[in-house]
Amino acid sequence: MITAGIDIGSITAKAALIEDNRLLGTRLQFTGYNAQKAGKSVLEELIAQSGVQREQIALVVSTGYGRNSVDFADKAITEITCHGAGAHFIDPETRFVIDVGGQDSKVIKIDAAGKVLDFAMNDKCAAGTGRFLEVMARAMEADLDDFGEISARADNPASISSICTVFAESEVISLISKGETRENMIAGIHESVASRISAMARRVGVTDPVMMTGGVARNPGVVRALEKKLGVEIRVSAHAQLNGAIGAALLAARMQQAV
Amino acid sequence: MAENEKKHDPEKEKRKIQAVSRMKEIMTDYYIEAKGAREKGRKVAWITSGGPVEPLIAMDVIPVYPENHGAMIGASKMGAQLCEQAEEMGYSRDLCSYARADIGDAVAKTGPIGGLPEPDMLVCCNNICGTVLKWYETAARFFNVPLFILDTPFIHREFTDSARKYVLAQIYEYISFLETHCGRKMDYERMEEVGRLSVEATQLWQSVLDTCAHKPAPMTAFDAFFHLALIVTLRGTQVTVDYYRQLLDELNDRIDRGIAMVPNEKYRLLWDNLPVWYRTRWLSDKFAGHDAALVADTYTSAWSGMLPEMNGQSFLEAMSETYTKVYINISIDRMFDIVAGMIQKYDVDGMVMHSNRSCKPYSLGQYDLRQMIMDRLGVPTLIIEADMVDERNFSESQIDTRIDAFMETLKS
Repeated sequence: MITAGIDIGSITAKAALIEDNRLLGTRLQFTGYNAQKAGKSVLEELIAQSGVQREQIALVVSTGYGRNSVDFADKAITEITCHGAGAHFIDPETRFVIDVGGQDSKVIKIDAAGKVLDFAMNDKCAAGTGRFLEVMARAMEADLDDFGEISARADNPASISSICTVFAESEVISLISKGETRENMIAGIHESVASRISAMARRVGVTDPVMMTGGVARNPGVVRALEKKLGVEIRVSAHAQLNGAIGAALLAARMQQAV
Repeated sequence: MAENEKKHDPEKEKRKIQAVSRMKEIMTDYYIEAKGAREKGRKVAWITSGGPVEPLIAMDVIPVYPENHGAMIGASKMGAQLCEQAEEMGYSRDLCSYARADIGDAVAKTGPIGGLPEPDMLVCCNNICGTVLKWYETAARFFNVPLFILDTPFIHREFTDSARKYVLAQIYEYISFLETHCGRKMDYERMEEVGRLSVEATQLWQSVLDTCAHKPAPMTAFDAFFHLALIVTLRGTQVTVDYYRQLLDELNDRIDRGIAMVPNEKYRLLWDNLPVWYRTRWLSDKFAGHDAALVADTYTSAWSGMLPEMNGQSFLEAMSETYTKVYINISIDRMFDIVAGMIQKYDVDGMVMHSNRSCKPYSLGQYDLRQMIMDRLGVPTLIIEADMVDERNFSESQIDTRIDAFMETLKS
């Protein structure tokens, strides 16, 4: 039996196919302005690339902020539940998920079966999210993909005290004018993101082992800063950005089996 | 009109609480009376929601509640516009939105009732927060009227004897303040009669809330938010006693006939903090969509928590304790005891806390309280961030996801 999961995030749309508890394929593209269209096309592309037929897909579950705009999905499930299920599938030892996406960051405590015990999400503020890093990369005229590597060479991370993304950007610009090194500034930006996320994680209570997912997990600088702040080792999912879609496909399979 | 007809749903009609129309009538009469007070030679006093209203009623002064008005502004979705009015005058956006909306409306008079009737005097009790002190001082200057402040000490552990003496002494000062500004003496027999009606109304209000212990609940907290208005504004009057008796009879009848407010009630939730006034319908539909009923809340029950322990005291004596011990003037440990009692009484599956940007004393400590509830009682608890009146602090999709995710964990 094949099931599909579609995760419509603020920046990217993801899809995953699961067949008999095995990952069949994944696909990622930009969401753009039309979430409904993105959901349709990401699944179509994935179907084409995996060589399965649309009719073979027994059930589709959508998740992410655009979950309710995927009109052909059989059910919409929140990214909290999907990330719990996805992380458990990737690494069953996982008891805590830190997901940092484009517009939100969340922490999820799960049990041995991948069931959500507690969670927290950021609210009304993009600090500590992928968007924050994007804005900073623009201010630094650096490629976000190089952020992790550049920050590894910092000798004294700069302190970015402002919580607000817009104000933090002006803070960075004033640091540039003071001649602060790029390495230290980027390391400081990572620490600022890590502070926001670790405060949220502590509110729920971190339980080992911790897995990090979402686009920001691809930035080793943030991962290192978070490890230092939380005092735990963080496992980065090999499918960091696809975790929600994978979880959605798994939950679809579970629903289908229950029928 | 066509739209109204489209929305007509006989099942929904059946679930409507009939007493609502009587309530609207009473509130309309009350505001008309307050607005016409001056022509009839009656005095109007503005009073804080947790302030002792009974002496005003006994002195035939019409009490007017800026906070009730704030709720009305919120429910009419006029919050942001009136808050902005106050912000233009220089008030910080971090201030309470009841204060901002009321201050804005006092000047602009563009709110749902075109401005509150102007006060002859102000009565401010700080048992609900510290903001009211500065808010009422501002109003006293703006309207150039006398202000009485009743200071109720915060209760960390017990209501001490010195606190009792301190508050009681102020209650007698309060009465002399009223005597001075009304130009006549207090009739203490009348005072005790008003006190008796107040206690009776409060008991009835508690009984109304208690009907939700029944499964399924005949009403939800969203209904309680509405029916609350009288116990806040007019406790101590016969009309309030009669109204709650009528409402209680109707709710008991609904129980007998098996009418539930949420048709397929499966999950029973407890709400904490003030309502999100401009989104009560949305939230109500949202929870009902998950077969969840908000069967109780810490907010509307705060007024029945005001039920005095008489112990042979006079009403005025009992009042000093009652008004000091209100829900948000007590320590987290005492709050936990109250919440734990409610969780048991209403057989609650989960708790939803509104972290209210406006109400600092209510929202401060919610994270600790949440941890205590989850650790000691194992009751899942969700926090949503919003504001009671200022809709600029409400992010629909964020709150939508949180509620969906929370309900998914409850169901799994």
